[in-house]
Amino acid sequence: MLDYITSLTQGMSSSELIMAALLIPAAAAFLIPVFFKIPNLREAVTLISATLLAICTWSLYPRVMAGEVPELKVWEVAPGLELAFKIEPLGMLFALIASTLWIVNSIYSIGYMRGNNEQRQTQFYVCFAIAISSTLALAFSANLFTLFLAYEILTFSTYPLVTHKGTPEAMKAGRVYMMLLVGTSMVLLLPAILITWGLTGTLDFAADGIIPGDGAEALPPIVIAGLLALFMFGIGKAAVMPIHFWLPAAMVAPTPVSALLHAVAVVKAGVFTVLKVVIYVFGIDTLSSTGANTWIVYLASFCVLMASIIAMNQDNLKARLAYSTVSQLAYIVLAAALASAASIAGGALHILMHAFAKITLFFCAGAIYVAHKKTEVSQLDGIGKQMPLTMIAFLIGTLSIIGLPPFGGTWSKWFLALGALDAGYQFAIAVFMISSLLNIAYLMPIVSRAFFRPLPGHPEDKPVPIAEAPTACLVAISITMLGCIALFFYADTAMDLIELIDLGNQPANAPASVDGASLPTGGTDGR
Amino acid sequence: MNAISWGAAEPHLPILLIVIPLLGSLLTTFIRRGAIAWFVTLIISLTLPLISITLLLQVLETGEPIIYDIGGWEAPFGIVYRVDQLSAFVLLVISLIGAVIMPFAARSVACEIPEPAQSWYYTMYLLCIAGLLGIVITNDAFNAFVFLEISSLSTYVLIAMGRNRRALLAAYQYLIMGTIGATMYIIGIGLLYVSTGTLNFDDMATRLPAAVADPGLRNATLTALGFVFVGLALKLALFPMHVWLPNAYAYAPSLATAFLAGTATKAAIYLFIRVGFSVFGVALTFESLPIPTILLALSIAGMFLASISAVFETDAKRMLAYSSVAQVGYITLGIALANQASMTGSLVHIANHAIMKTALFLALGAVFYRIGSVVYSDISGIGRKMPLTMGAFVVAGLGLIGIPGTSGFISKWYLSLGAIDDGLYSVVFMIVGSSLISVVYMGRITEVIWFREPSAAASEAKEAPLSMLLPLWLLAGATVYLGFDTRATVDVSAKATETLLGGIR
Repeated sequence: MLDYITSLTQGMSSSELIMAALLIPAAAAFLIPVFFKIPNLREAVTLISATLLAICTWSLYPRVMAGEVPELKVWEVAPGLELAFKIEPLGMLFALIASTLWIVNSIYSIGYMRGNNEQRQTQFYVCFAIAISSTLALAFSANLFTLFLAYEILTFSTYPLVTHKGTPEAMKAGRVYMMLLVGTSMVLLLPAILITWGLTGTLDFAADGIIPGDGAEALPPIVIAGLLALFMFGIGKAAVMPIHFWLPAAMVAPTPVSALLHAVAVVKAGVFTVLKVVIYVFGIDTLSSTGANTWIVYLASFCVLMASIIAMNQDNLKARLAYSTVSQLAYIVLAAALASAASIAGGALHILMHAFAKITLFFCAGAIYVAHKKTEVSQLDGIGKQMPLTMIAFLIGTLSIIGLPPFGGTWSKWFLALGALDAGYQFAIAVFMISSLLNIAYLMPIVSRAFFRPLPGHPEDKPVPIAEAPTACLVAISITMLGCIALFFYADTAMDLIELIDLGNQPANAPASVDGASLPTGGTDGR
Repeated sequence: MNAISWGAAEPHLPILLIVIPLLGSLLTTFIRRGAIAWFVTLIISLTLPLISITLLLQVLETGEPIIYDIGGWEAPFGIVYRVDQLSAFVLLVISLIGAVIMPFAARSVACEIPEPAQSWYYTMYLLCIAGLLGIVITNDAFNAFVFLEISSLSTYVLIAMGRNRRALLAAYQYLIMGTIGATMYIIGIGLLYVSTGTLNFDDMATRLPAAVADPGLRNATLTALGFVFVGLALKLALFPMHVWLPNAYAYAPSLATAFLAGTATKAAIYLFIRVGFSVFGVALTFESLPIPTILLALSIAGMFLASISAVFETDAKRMLAYSSVAQVGYITLGIALANQASMTGSLVHIANHAIMKTALFLALGAVFYRIGSVVYSDISGIGRKMPLTMGAFVVAGLGLIGIPGTSGFISKWYLSLGAIDDGLYSVVFMIVGSSLISVVYMGRITEVIWFREPSAAASEAKEAPLSMLLPLWLLAGATVYLGFDTRATVDVSAKATETLLGGIR
């Protein structure tokens, strides 16, 4: 399959492919309103561009695996502010996740938006396409300026999606969303970028990082820690506590938007940025040798546990999932903070695994809403009998989040724990394990309620009629559900990519530990 | 290099830039029909940027200022016009804004000004443009005062012609404040004349060190600096001397507001830079009196307090007016820091702010043309009826906030770099902090116009006519374009800054 895709784009240079990947969703944003009166054509535009985009990213993939570093320098906006793109393995991974899930999410959106008779669907698909375009730009960005530009466009393009329903509640959520995301990025992230420029004179990502941690120009650890704090809290999309309120608030949006926020683009863009900043701006060496990362290790650990505990007390299904995301994002921030090769690998892998698991869960929540207009966990008694496929998918997503084999989440947890060990923070392993237990505590009751409790108002001796969501929703759910399983067996494909991440001059033992823990599964042909 | 051939008129371009609008204003007084007066004004307004561009290209090519002796009288005896990178840049900004808004004027003026007064309106408009351009081009301190008064007097009339009766009061307020400002400026210039014996800026600059060194003249000279500083601060609406501005902008006719918001304060800022940097020089201005400290404090106060006022405003024009005061704060902040990056930021922001603020006011002008009001309760939900107008409004608003990918970001970037170069990290946070407030006030109006249910007036509205949309989108497009291609703004500003700071530091 991959061979076929690459054969389609053989004639294109890598820079052209980058260009195409950025322009296809942008062009879709222009084309979608043209067909606003013919919904079928309008949705066709979305699906076709999603497919074309996936072809672009998947044909870049073997090139990156072959060691190529595709680059595209667009324009120097002002001295030092260059609009440039460069694909390194981490960005490649993120682009693959986002572009692949866009197809699935589009299929789901069609079922959901039509099933619910949502208003302003054209605006919905336009904003969605812009958000995807900026996500790709963010994934491919070669410097902090390009990244910041894409980051802000992503915020502004998702605002109309969050406020889609137009109710006072949605408007309020939109305000929280804007103020927290734009606020943190302007007041903390932008100064962080400015100070980085002031200290180093460059904004380009580099394998060793650009902040000098040792040598003649070394910065004092307290300055590095302070700058790191600006970045960590400035990247509000990573939802590090206490800047996480926007995420539960944004659950008022339609479910495909929640999927976009939680799995495809927004929060993933946040933690991706965190990883990128840690690896390519600070350098994991600099962080671990100066100890500037220590405080984040503790903060992120706290977030992992605290968000899980809050999630347990949420009755609204989407709110519970949202807090679960806050907790899972903190895993990745923790991985970045641990700053060891294995933890970075675990963090990158977790972006992938969590994306598939969480999108499945949100799709299920949306399917329940479309079919039965139920939003609270307490309303879900016996719903498994009405929607068996949906709730089985929910179970599989849950198991992947918990990290049980044979589901994708197993591997990321494995590497995260390994990374904690490597970095010398044994307690972080305990954090991961306790959090897994908490995952069970807040997700499994939903499944057991759905399958083992009787459906209220229905005589127990009669079979319950099946009442599932629209087919398009079910197709999407099945794809992501199967993805959760497939990722367990084909995780090595992703690992191969992640191992290409250039972490600079590492101590010799660190990469060895990643190799030593290479995956036991033999499947090399994940294509 | 010159794109346009001017033939024999080529050496006289500096004076033509003033004479053409001046004569044009005379011509329009004889015209009774508003539409014809508009056409004359349009032709003149379109000529001016062509002249400005030619001048700018010449200056950039030679690197030397263009000196024009009026009537052939050389510097100590006659009045001299002088075009260097800075003045050519500001001339271009003013004349471009003047040209771009003219297509918009046709319908806006026809709707807001009664027929017999329309040609008067254009007379005043042309006088105002001549005055503003004159302030920038002249190299003579007293001549600058004359032009300052020409532009101010015509501005008072322009404001007073607003439909709302409160426009009269606003114009009167501005008249009082503006006159105080102009008086202070002329007192300062008088003192300088006493201590240096010249009105020519270049001569003044060479003689000032001697005057300051002379114990008998030192106090008079420094007092002069103080007077000029306060007088111009009033004109450029530096906080807290901005009180005239919100009402003046709110009640003036739409076209006047759009034009003044983009250009009037900018000319005063130019004069401030000219006197502060070229005449007194950075060393003298900034080290003899605590001007940088005061300017820095007032700029920051303006950035925050005016922005907060904008948040609570419910009249869209007043809201933008307060935002203008805050944005002037950005420009003066960069002047106060007075290093290469910060001054570049200030100059870039002169152009960027002129463009986006004019776009914002034009959008409101289009709304006013359709529904006759810009109060929040009337314009709620208008975005759905006038999506193109309000789309441009949002784009320009994003520029005002300083989102990357818009010109506002470039200004903020350089201003912040300037603060970092001086080691003033707290100022960086104040710059970004105050732009966060602009997110609030722009977010609030965006919610009103896009997400509320249409009001009774708004539900009747139609999209603005093409003659209004074109200038609007041209400026909104420029806001985005200048966020990516900064050759026209940053490069020229950086060169002008080098000249301003050159040799002194």
